[in-house]
Amino acid sequence: MLTKRIIPCLDVKDGKTVKGVNFENLRDAGDPVELGALYSQQGADELVFLDITATLEKRGTLVELVRKVAANINIPFTIGGGISSIEDVSACLNAGADKVSINSSAVKNPALIDSLAREFGSQCIVVAIDTRNNQGIDLVHTHGGTKATAIQTIPWAIEVQERGAGEILLTSMDHDGTKAGFANVLTSSISHRLQIPIIASGGAGNMQHFVDVFTQGAADAALAASIFHFKEIEIPTLKHWLADQGVSVRTN
Amino acid sequence: MRVAIVKYNAGNIRSVAYALNRLGIEPEISDDPEVLRSVDKVIFPGVGEASTAMRYLKKDGLDKLIPSLQQPVLGICLGLQLMCAHSEENNTDCLNIFPVQVKKFPSQDQIKVPQIGWNTIHELKSPLFKGLSENAFMYFVHSYYAEQNPYAIATTDYIFPYTSAIHKDNFYAVQFHAEKSGEVGSQIIENFIRL
Repeated sequence: MLTKRIIPCLDVKDGKTVKGVNFENLRDAGDPVELGALYSQQGADELVFLDITATLEKRGTLVELVRKVAANINIPFTIGGGISSIEDVSACLNAGADKVSINSSAVKNPALIDSLAREFGSQCIVVAIDTRNNQGIDLVHTHGGTKATAIQTIPWAIEVQERGAGEILLTSMDHDGTKAGFANVLTSSISHRLQIPIIASGGAGNMQHFVDVFTQGAADAALAASIFHFKEIEIPTLKHWLADQGVSVRTN
Repeated sequence: MRVAIVKYNAGNIRSVAYALNRLGIEPEISDDPEVLRSVDKVIFPGVGEASTAMRYLKKDGLDKLIPSLQQPVLGICLGLQLMCAHSEENNTDCLNIFPVQVKKFPSQDQIKVPQIGWNTIHELKSPLFKGLSENAFMYFVHSYYAEQNPYAIATTDYIFPYTSAIHKDNFYAVQFHAEKSGEVGSQIIENFIRL
């Protein structure tokens, strides 16, 4: 049986993990490769590395990070952050990335999704959607959730699937950082309308939230950052607990 | 030990090369018939679309070369599908090493296609799976599958049971990404290298 995926997300700046990391058993807590490898050993099903560096040499640092991760980690990983062209994607995939995540660049130029899917196959194109509810309407936001667009979230999710996205990474800005649970209603209504898998993100605070997002939210995967980095929830404990609650997860 | 990875437009060549590096092997990534015929083991990776991949293989004559190889050959993911007779993906005639049909997973409510994520393999019967237990988890990404057939050495359930690994003579193939399936996947690649 296909299992639900648990995906830690690592924010990286200038080659270092930026969100506070609380692991005394790492030589360098800021080293994204070492942290990724630790999560992998603990049973993470995939990893997402989000490069938030804003420099001119961006692609170079991104590709260098991909190469290091690919050489050292034997589970699938996605790389995201400022990817906006066929050349960017090609450089990341050639360096060993399994998938790339695009966000603002897809909103700005939706045809980019079509051309990337045609060139590289849908399986490696993740479209990240940052959404925030504005007076009862779910709207797509860009630039790390800071800029509102007039695009409604559900129609946009359908459009990105039609254009060839292989997965959607749905982050609720309303829930992100609250630790009050994932956006289950919105996640469920998107997951039920789409054929491609949905990765839910934003709001994880305890283990029950993961059960809820897989059952009520119908998510195929759940992504979280700080609760893993600060060891508020440890992945082996989470996965065993999910299994006990009847959620199918990989435990060996 | 010389190991070659067949060079064509497959998307996961780099990942397979890194997986071999972690086992202490530096693979030769090549489309040169001399190299592919002379190495000890050949890995035939694959990510992407069947008809495009077949077009690349034909352009370089690899469609004739691969079925004629004598040493152990391991197909991965799309590599498995291309080693079959025919794929429903854009109605593509493939290499016909295995007389097996490749079909698309049906659209059904609440079932996602492609299958993306970790699923189990069972009914394991091959030295390829030495040291593995039944229901080991592997990482899968695919919309098309090999229907159940007599060459099966592993079975996976998604919507229904299908063949997730096959073997005939010197040809082996797995639908899952062994190169991305953690320590267990690495064990399979090591088993193949030691065949």
